[in-house]
Amino acid sequence: MLNSVIWPVVTLGGLAILFGIVLAFASKKFAVAVNPKTAEVREVLPGANCGGCGFAGCDALADAISSGKAAVTACPVGGSELAEKLAQIMGVTADATEKKVARVLCGGDCNNAKEKYEYQGIEDCKAAEALAGGSKSCKYGCTGLGSCVKACPFDAIHVVNGVAVVDEEKCTACAKCVAVCPKNIIELVPVSNEVRVLCKNQEKGKDVMQSCKVGCIACQKCVKVCKFDAIVFENNLARIDYSKCTNCMMCAEACPTKTIYANFNNRKKAKVIDDKCIGCTICAKNCNFEAIEGELKGKHVVLEDKCVGCGVCYEKCPKDAIEMK
Amino acid sequence: MNLLVILVSVVFVNNFVLSRFLGICPFLGVSKKLETAVGMSIAVTFVMALASVMSWLVQTYLLVPLGIEYMQTIAFILVIAGLVQFVEMVIKKTSPTLYQALGVYLPLITTNCAVLGVAILNIQSNFNLIETLVNGVGGGLSFTLAIVLFAGVRERLETAPIPKALEGFPIAMLAASLLSIAFFAFQGLI
Repeated sequence: MLNSVIWPVVTLGGLAILFGIVLAFASKKFAVAVNPKTAEVREVLPGANCGGCGFAGCDALADAISSGKAAVTACPVGGSELAEKLAQIMGVTADATEKKVARVLCGGDCNNAKEKYEYQGIEDCKAAEALAGGSKSCKYGCTGLGSCVKACPFDAIHVVNGVAVVDEEKCTACAKCVAVCPKNIIELVPVSNEVRVLCKNQEKGKDVMQSCKVGCIACQKCVKVCKFDAIVFENNLARIDYSKCTNCMMCAEACPTKTIYANFNNRKKAKVIDDKCIGCTICAKNCNFEAIEGELKGKHVVLEDKCVGCGVCYEKCPKDAIEMK
Repeated sequence: MNLLVILVSVVFVNNFVLSRFLGICPFLGVSKKLETAVGMSIAVTFVMALASVMSWLVQTYLLVPLGIEYMQTIAFILVIAGLVQFVEMVIKKTSPTLYQALGVYLPLITTNCAVLGVAILNIQSNFNLIETLVNGVGGGLSFTLAIVLFAGVRERLETAPIPKALEGFPIAMLAASLLSIAFFAFQGLI
């Protein structure tokens, strides 16, 4: 009786203890050193696994960052806030990266662009593209079928009145929509740039006018009005060089078809802080719009109706006596 | 000749998945893509071969001499679980490439009933050590054959026009049962 209890207990218990010892020994002997920073980096990454960084998800990026294969700024979703955190973990300094947003560069909505035919195929931009470049009379414009809407993992892009519109609050610049758009009309742009050309049509002015009310007709008025050489003109189309653009929005004012769009509510105004101004006249000399008046050694004043908020005076003032509001 | 008969028997006639209905869980779970199915089946083959030999040794030199064959199930589970853990550690250290290929599947196999099944069937069939090894490898191959065939079918099902109500698992179940019926054609072979 006793034997029939003791032997199984001893045998199985012995086996279990043996395996336990072997495994404990093996876990020490075969321990693989894991980079502790990988876990830390993974912790702060957003975890949406959107693939916007070009790696196969957040785990892969964490691996790449912690082993130095990717920069701390590699995650476009986290922006500069995340880059700072990652820089702290990795012990490097992050160059300030400005948040970018996707922008749909087409204004051809149902009111503005004419229809070439009635599209009844499947709801997919690529499919429509294959049918004579889409139903809209402009073959460069947004088809409005929302392939980008389906691709967006953050619900930040929607089709409004026949044209895709980005919700800049939600957009994380993961570039999924950019990749999926068959017309290549979505671009990633630094969020502080207000001005945009809502047209990609490379045809001559007359043809553009026939197909869309808000097309770039290649009149080049914007090129003439821009004081900062920030408008590049090529292929019958104006393009803004954002490294030079100062958000003065003069081109948007000048554009006859309102193809160049800017939200004038966001236009800033320069203001002289009286206490700091020493009357050096540097701001007045540099102003391209004759919007600053004042005598030498006297307080200067910004003429609000002339100021366009380009910010040149703000940058030039040696005493930091100008603020932009 | 005897070994060949064992191999053909276990791979085709008494296929572990399609005739004995062992290891159905990974068969349905990891068969969505051909690539993962192949990775899983390599890991299963590896573990089955090892587990067969180890459990045969435990049975012959420990359980039988002590007269406690009735503890077979628990002893085998213990052996298989410990073995898989040990193998996982060794692979992780010695071959990172192999670990990347098999790593995720190894812990899943610990409790795979096909592995325990092959260990117990070896004992029930009174195999010697060599026959046990062949049966273990054959068991792994039979799992491989079944899951790779099924993964191919499922990849095609993805693009096939299937009635809404049958999409996903229902059609997979139907396909699996048809595959199983097809394998019954091997019954008269041996």
